[in-house]
This record gives sequence, C-alpha cells and structure tokens, in this order.
Amino acid sequence: MIPRPFAYHAPETIPAAIALLSDYGDLAKILAGGHSLLPMMKLRFAAPEHLIDLGRIKELRGIDMAGDEIRIGAMTTERDIVASSLLAEHLPLLVETARQIADPQVRSKGTIGGDVAHGDPGNDHPAVMLALGAHLVLVGPGGERIVPASEFFLGTYATAIEPDEVMTQIRIMRPPAGSGSCYAKLKRKTGDYATAAAAVVLRMENGRCAAVSIGLTNVAPTAIRAEAAEAALLGRALDDAAIAEAGRLASEGCEPAADLRGDEEYKRAMAGQMVQRALRTALSRCTG
Amino acid sequence: MNEISPDLSRLERLEGIGCARKRREDPRFIQGRGTYVDDIHLPGMLFGVMVRSPYAHARIKSIDTSRAKAMPGVQAVLTAEDLKPLKLHWMPTLAGDVQAVLADGKVVFQNQEVAFVVADDRYVAADAAELVEVEYEELPAVVDPFKAMQPGAPVIREDLAGKDVGAHGARRHHNHIFNWQIGDRDRTDRAFDAAPVTVKQEMLYPRVHPCPLETCGCVASYDAVRGDLTVWITSQAPHVVRTVVGLLSSIPESKIRIVSPDIGGGFGNKVGVYPGYVTAIVASIVLGRPVKWIESRNENLTTTAFARDYWMTGELAADTDGRIKALRVNVIADHGAFDACADPTKWPAGMFHVCTGSYDIPNAHVSVDGVYTNKFPGGVSYRCSFRVTEAVYLIERMIDVLAQKLGIDKAEIRLRNFIPEEKFPYHSALGLDYDSGNYAPALRKVLKAVDYDGLRAEQAAKRADPNCPTLMGIGITTFTEIVGAGPSKSCDILGIGMFDSCEIRVHPDGSAIARMGTISQGQGHQTTYAQIIATEAGIPASLINVEEGDTSTAPYGLGTYGSRSTPVAGAAVARASHKIREKARKIAAHLLEVSPDDMEFDLDQFRVKGDPSRAKSMKEIAWAAYNNVPEGMEMGLEAVDYYDPPNFTFPFGSYLAVVDIQKDTGEIKVRRFYALDDCGTRINPMIIEGQIHGGLTEGFAVAFGQELPYDEQGNVLGGTLMDYFLPTSMETPHWETDFTVTPSPHHPIGAKGVAESPHVGSIPCFSNAVVDAFAHLGVTHTGMPHNAYRTWQQLRDLNIAG
Ligand SMILES: Cc1cc2nc3c(=O)[nH]c(=O)nc-3n(C[C@H](O)[C@H](O)[C@H](O)COP(=O)(O)OP(=O)(O)OC[C@H]3O[C@@H](n4cnc5c(N)ncnc54)[C@H](O)[C@@H]3O)c2cc1C
Repeated sequence: MIPRPFAYHAPETIPAAIALLSDYGDLAKILAGGHSLLPMMKLRFAAPEHLIDLGRIKELRGIDMAGDEIRIGAMTTERDIVASSLLAEHLPLLVETARQIADPQVRSKGTIGGDVAHGDPGNDHPAVMLALGAHLVLVGPGGERIVPASEFFLGTYATAIEPDEVMTQIRIMRPPAGSGSCYAKLKRKTGDYATAAAAVVLRMENGRCAAVSIGLTNVAPTAIRAEAAEAALLGRALDDAAIAEAGRLASEGCEPAADLRGDEEYKRAMAGQMVQRALRTALSRCTG
Repeated sequence: MNEISPDLSRLERLEGIGCARKRREDPRFIQGRGTYVDDIHLPGMLFGVMVRSPYAHARIKSIDTSRAKAMPGVQAVLTAEDLKPLKLHWMPTLAGDVQAVLADGKVVFQNQEVAFVVADDRYVAADAAELVEVEYEELPAVVDPFKAMQPGAPVIREDLAGKDVGAHGARRHHNHIFNWQIGDRDRTDRAFDAAPVTVKQEMLYPRVHPCPLETCGCVASYDAVRGDLTVWITSQAPHVVRTVVGLLSSIPESKIRIVSPDIGGGFGNKVGVYPGYVTAIVASIVLGRPVKWIESRNENLTTTAFARDYWMTGELAADTDGRIKALRVNVIADHGAFDACADPTKWPAGMFHVCTGSYDIPNAHVSVDGVYTNKFPGGVSYRCSFRVTEAVYLIERMIDVLAQKLGIDKAEIRLRNFIPEEKFPYHSALGLDYDSGNYAPALRKVLKAVDYDGLRAEQAAKRADPNCPTLMGIGITTFTEIVGAGPSKSCDILGIGMFDSCEIRVHPDGSAIARMGTISQGQGHQTTYAQIIATEAGIPASLINVEEGDTSTAPYGLGTYGSRSTPVAGAAVARASHKIREKARKIAAHLLEVSPDDMEFDLDQFRVKGDPSRAKSMKEIAWAAYNNVPEGMEMGLEAVDYYDPPNFTFPFGSYLAVVDIQKDTGEIKVRRFYALDDCGTRINPMIIEGQIHGGLTEGFAVAFGQELPYDEQGNVLGGTLMDYFLPTSMETPHWETDFTVTPSPHHPIGAKGVAESPHVGSIPCFSNAVVDAFAHLGVTHTGMPHNAYRTWQQLRDLNIAG
C-alpha cells in the first residue's frame, strides 16, 4: 500500500500546468482529489514519476451560470456540488448524483473533473454527463477545444484527453423548464461503486414523452446512453408497460463485466430496474 | 454481594456492579491518545515487509534476493534458507500442526509468506520487496474441501507424507487432518429409524474474516547486551505468545517481555502467532535493532486467520408434534493449508457440541472432518467461543426446517422443545453441563414486545397480495452459548490449563492497582473489573487502576477471547477482592479491638455488629495495613487469585428479526430487530448494551455481506474493503435490546459473559428471517451472505423477480 517514488509539482496557473505536462509527457499524471489515482498508485497499478497537482489553480474551482449554461470548474469537489444552491435550483440531477458518490471523506476531496477524466465506467458522473449532453473544455499547448460528452469516453480508463491537456471546465445547458430528472443507483453499501445505475432527464408534453435521455453507469466498458430505450419512449405516455419496456431495452444494450457485485445477468437486470426506478421518479418530478 | 442494605450516596460513590459507569478507556481513544503497536517508535527501528506468493499452489524453483539486498537502505532479506539453521522456518500451530514461517520449497496458498525484507523504513522496504525475484512452477490448486478429499486430489502438504496419524488421530487421506466424533451414534441412528418425521439440510457457513480495524503487527526489540527480548504485539493472549516465543527461540520466559498495548479490535484475529511475528523477532535478534512489522488491510484479510468455512449437514428426527428425538450432524471443516485453528487442545472442533442448543434433545451424534485446501490458514472464533457460531447456526436453522416440514409455527416449535427450567443444571446428549437457563419466559417476552401475532398477520396479508413489491420474513432464534473456557480438566492451550488470574494491590491511601492475565480489545475491562472490585472489596472504582497486557507485570493468564474475561478473569477478580476483604476484616477488628467475627462488611467499611457507629473505612484500613496490623500478620494489602472455573457458563438469548425483501433488486431491509439477552448478573448495563450493539452489527455484516470467495485457481477474491463488507451507520439497522437475569450458579458473582452472544445469535436469526420470507414457496434454506445479488437469484429461480 505504498506507491513507487514520484516527484510532486504544484503549479499555480493553467499554462504552468500544461508546460509541466509537455515536459514530462507520459511520465506525468495530473492529481486532482486523488481518490482514484492514489489508490491505484498505492496498489502499484499506476506509477507516474511526476504528479502535477491542480489544487492551487484557483480558477479551476467554482460553479457559475452564463445564460442557460452552467459552468463547473474541473476542480470543484463533490462536496461543493452537494452544497451548491445554484445547482440545487437549476441542475438538481448533479446534486442527487454527487450525494450518492462514496462517503463524506471522498466527497470532500474528489472532484467532478477527476471523476469524469478518470474514464472509469464505475464512476457516476460520466453517465450523467451523457444524459445531460455536457461539454468538456480541454486546454493544451495548442489552446482550447470543447468536446461533447458523447465523444469523450473512448474505453475503460481511456478518454479524449491528450496527455498534455488539462480539463478545465464542464459546461451543461440547463434542462428546459418542466423537465424532471433522477439518478437511481444500486450499490451494496456506503462507499461502493454502482452495481448498476441510471441517469434520466425527461420532459413531458400533454402526457407524452417529448424528450428523454438515459445514461447508464458500470454496465459496459464506458458509461453509455440507452438509445433504444429512449427511442421507444419518445411520443408515448409513460405507463407501466412503456416503463417496463424501456427497462428491458436498456438491459439488452448493456455489456456488463461480472465481479463480486454480480454476474452479467444480474447486472443487466439491475440496469433495467434502475432505468425503471429513475424514469418513475423523473416522471413524478416533471411539471407542465 | 454485600450483606447489608445499601446507603445510597456511598453506594453511588463506589460505582460497583450494576452501575452504568462511563468507560474509562474512551477519553484516550476519542482524543486520539491511545497507543497502538504502530504508534511505537524506537530509536534505530527498522521496518519489515513480506514478499508473498501470487499463486495458491506452486513449487519455488529459486529465490534471488541480490537486487533487493543491493538497494540502499535494505538491511536484510530473509528466506526459509536463512531460518533453517535456526530451525525456525516452520513453527508449531495451536492445533498441533506445523506452519511454514517462510515457504520451504513450495507455496500452498495465495499470499503465503515467501521472504521478509527489512529496511530503514517502510517505503524502502516496499520498493525492495518488488525486487525479490521468485521463480515459481505452478501446481494445480484445490479450494473445495470435497474435491480435496477425492482420491486423485493434489497433495497439498508434502511435508506430511507418510504421517497417517495427526494431532487428533488417524488421517484417511493426504488432505485429511482429523475426524472427530462425539455422542452416541447407535442410539442416534436408532432414534432416526424409529421417528415418524425426519428432516435433513445442507448448509455452508462461508469463509469470513474478523477484520478488526487495526490489522496485526508487532515491534520486536532484542537487546543483545542484556539478552532481553521485548515484543509489542496486537495480541489477545500475550502470556501465551510469551510461552510460544520461548519455545521457539529457547530464550527463557524470564527474558521475554510481551506487551499488548491498546488493541484496535481482535474478534479472534489476534489469538494466534503469525509468521510476521517470528520473522520480525528473528530479524531483530540478527540485526540487533528493533524491527516493526504491520500488515496491510489486504494482508490481514487474506493471510491471518479466517473464520468459519464449515460445510454442515444437519438432520433432525421428531415426532409429529415436533418434539425432537435426535440430532445428527456431519461437518466438512475447511482449515486451509495449515491447521492453525485456535481451539482447546482436546477439541479440534472447539465447542461445536453445544449444537443441541436450547433444546432437550435426548440423542445426538456429531462427526467433523478437518480438511486441507489451498487457502490461508485459520478457523478462529470470530466474536464467538470456539466454533459456537457454527453450532448455533446449525441448530437454529434446523429447527426452522423442521417447523416448516410440520407446518408448526417457528416460535411454538421452540417452546415445545426447550430444556425446561427445572432440568437445570442440564446434562446434554453431547456431554455438556448447562449451568442455568430459563428459555420460555425470554421468548414469550420477545413475542409480546413485538406483537408477534400481528406480524404474522401482516405477513399473511402480504403473501396473499401478488402485487406486493416486497416479501416479508420473520426470523427467530432462541440460542444458548457456551463461554468462559474453561475448566482445565477439559480445556488447555499448549498444555496450559485455561485458568485466568488477578492480582490486586491496595496502596496506603486506599486506592489500588489491579492486574489481570486478560487483555481488553474494546470490551471495557478497565471499567468493569474495577466495578467488581468496588462491590466486592469496597474500594471506589474511580480509585482503581486496571492494567493488563504486559507480561512483565501482569499475572499469567490465557487472554481474552471466547467471552472468557468475565466468566474466568472476572471470577478471579471477585475472589482476589474477597481475599483483600478478609484481610481488611482482621485489620479492622484489630483497630477496633473486637473479634473479626464481630465485624460486618458494609459497602466501603467494616463495622461492629450491633454498633454501627463503630466502623473503619477501607481507606483507614488500607493505611493501617502499612503501619498497624495485628500481631503475626504480614504488612501490606494485596491478593492474587488464579481461577480455574468448575464449568463453562451458558448465556442465552431470544432474538427476533423482521425483514423486507425488494422483489425487483433482491435488496433486503431489516425493518426490526429485537434482542433479548440473558448474561446472568449484569456488571455494567451500558457496556453490555454497547457490546450487544457491536455484536449485532458484526452479525449483520456476516449475514448480509461478508465472505472471502476463491476462484478455481485459488485466487482469493474480495480481499479489500471495497468488497469486504464493514457496515457503517448508514446500513446498520436500529437495534432494540432487552434482558432477563438468570445468574450462573457456579460463578462467584453469577456473571456469564455477553459480548459474543449477539454475534452468535443474530446471524441465524437473519438467515431464518430471509428463509422465512420464502418459506411459503417451499424454500428451506438459502446460503449466506444474503446480499442482493444472491437473493435476486433466489427470486428469479422462483419466477417472482421484478
Ligand atoms: C472508497 C471510494 C469510493 C468511491 N466511490 C465512488 C462512487 O461511488 N462513484 C464515483 O463516481 N466515484 C467514486 N469514487 C471515486 C472518487 O469519486 C474520485 O474522487 C474520482 O473518481 C476522481 O476524482 P479525483 O478528483 O479524486 O481525481 P484523481 O484521483 O486525482 O484523478 C483521477 C484521474 O483523472 C485525471 N484528472 C483529474 N483531474 C483532471 C483534469 N482536470 N484534467 C485532466 N485529467 C484529470 C488524473 O490524472 C487521474 O488519471 C470512490 C473513491 C473511493 C476512494
């Protein structure tokens, strides 16, 4: 439980961080809250020679709104998210998700940027980013680029971030008024990753589904959208039969890996159950 | 007990038996001022780490330590070859087997100790451990004890080749350790043949781990000039460790000092002697510097002392009214690769023969086979007396199976079979003498408290409603424990009888120090022992300093496990207090110039019978003990007692659980848990309550989440806290507690021991509740742990998932 030796850097600006990344290339790793990276280093699964701590770059932390767009600094902690009245009002889905991540200790250090950048299908934010259609701001030596969440998650622990890039911000359009959302997560215990979880953003018009997006956690090599389920729901009333069918379609789209949480069959079934739970709750939260 | 009616303010000042006194140990723990082994830092101290095997079964072709030794800061790398000249590459186990300290040519379980790297600090040691190059040739592993007993199974213990007789009799296969039987087989078989009703159920008590918050570890410090060895160690039995270290090292026990400092939980994990202790001691002797070794969490969960792993088949024979006529049990006990169970020498299955439970069962027979597999050694008592959890699980599950077969209510069948009060002391069919018990009133009290009939009615309504999203289950256990090992006629460890001890010294100012052979790991000994002395010797508990754990100062004792501290050491405390009191009586009589027979003890003083104005307080008597004693009497006021109990004690309880199972996910919620315990005389009700909460929570953990599964290759799965279930306050149910008091007739203050009952009794209660939820669908058993995954599979098989 002791990592290999490493050098520690704590730049105070984004350009300084990028310069360090450019210098050390593959030998370096960005350190955010450390709650995914440090366990891997202690188990010696990861052995970066240089750690570049973003903790001193103040502009990376904070939650703002520009028009209908919510902007969250990558170094904003889960605890900040849970405590944010701005998010509680405009993006309650994010608050509900952050509340279900790990425990108070992890939430007070872990960051939303690290949670997304880690590319772990077991993390909770990636599926929520997909469901919310978030955009991720990546800054490198060549400047800034903005990548939609749908193009960001490439595989387990693999994302669109280049080795010399820093994720600085997450941008999310506020869901239209009247939308309902829910993050339903099945876990074995406090501090556990999801056996399966579903993020739902839903809008109803005249009793029928006008828009829906569903993201799934930990049931495939990356977080995924349940597209077949979404398609089947559009234009329909959300009665028991429609919700059950959406659950079934979502299960079919999963490719879970067996572990002590359950085998493939169970995880598929639970993905379907979480979709059903999240849909029911989101529906109950829709207005108009 | 006091002879005179109490004076309230003086009584309160004493804080004696029955007082809910706050725990003396808590201020230092709450403020982070405890001293655990890892808090000990000695000048020049080195740090050792183990190099462990990635394979469950492999031959070691070569070990190359040269790169590790060349690393700056590395002081030594030990392998079996280095220990051989000292004959320390193997060590005896408490169960009469031997265990490799460092693998000798072959590894037999994953994470087995292969080499010990000692370096200036733990960082260098961890880096150097990676540089030790071990070449392995993998061998087929066997993790299933039934497969291990097949004719062509891999030979796990080549060192035992040709040994047909082990420590517990004949071995009938190369992976067989022992067969142990108790009871009358013929009579039992005949009772089965004659019975109109029989039931049979197989059940596995899975491999779990006690998982104390503090892992195992030690600091060994050998002083070459003095020839003294001091070892600070997280041990539940420091005196036994001293004897073992003496045997292994040939250093006389007078030159060995073992200190158990504050201990962060034991639960049976800290009774044995582990390879890391031996290598740390050897390294300290060889290098002449102190050496610290502390396990990581993963090492703790996968190498030092698992619990359970009992594959049990139970059978009951009964008449059509559900009155039990006979019990038959066969067990395959998976002991892992070395037999390192901690059991009394004569009983390789511990006190499993308490498996007739609280029931008057006239005939019984038990047969247990111990088996080697490629898994880590252990078989310790995880918050229970030796194998009592397994025994109680078996009988409490079996009686439910019988009730289901006969369609008799699960409370009613217990009432029909209880040992009646008038039969105590009760001699069981398996040879145990139950000291006292009164089971029916306890169960009736619980049934009334929870409105049992109302719960059954609610359950019936839910069963009748096909749209109900949950299944409701009600579990009952009415268990009897056996604790306080034990009478030396039946219990010893390494030939040392399982007595325990207390030494009390009263200072001139009337305060006192008391030392015991036990060692607290959370039980609150500093608090409760002082309360016993307060009542029995009249010295206020607040003036008594209780010390344990240092073999240089404490009297020899067998340690704390199996709920033996109060039944055994607690009795020694009471008896030593009585010796103090009797000397005090004589001194008081001398001071007041009356005959000792005319003195009567009154809370904290002696007074003259018939003239209460003439009295001497214990404080005055203590002062006099150092300057004015009767002629011919020695000065001082101290006493020692070594107590060999005449019998075990048999605490009991009645528990009831209500669970709701979510049909869509298999998640289970414990809606209600009512625990009534009878531990005889209650010394400190608050500590009892706390111990019961802790035991129930650990029972909940075992029933619903803890397990250490293996894959076919012998890789241990789930050896971190990400998978291994330690419940937090978030998932822990609300506990309701209650009690009755049935004192032990043979214990000096009638106390029986309590901290393990809630663990022993709750686990089958949870299982019974889960099975009960499915009982109307014909289910008689489901395996632990009852996690959502496994429960959902049960729902799916019954076509009611979703
Ligand atoms: C006990 C425990 C339980 C947990 N349970 C959950 C859970 O239920 N759900 C969940 O979602 N998570 C869980 N986590 C993970 C936790 O939320 C982590 O904090 C999170 O995954 C990573 O965020 P971090 O800030 O700690 O990042 P770090 O661990 O510091 O970094 C993670 C990775 O992202 C990279 N990175 C970080 N920030 C940036 C950036 N701005 N730009 C580019 N790359 C970056 C790092 O280089 C590293 O590779 C758990 C962790 C623990 C220890």
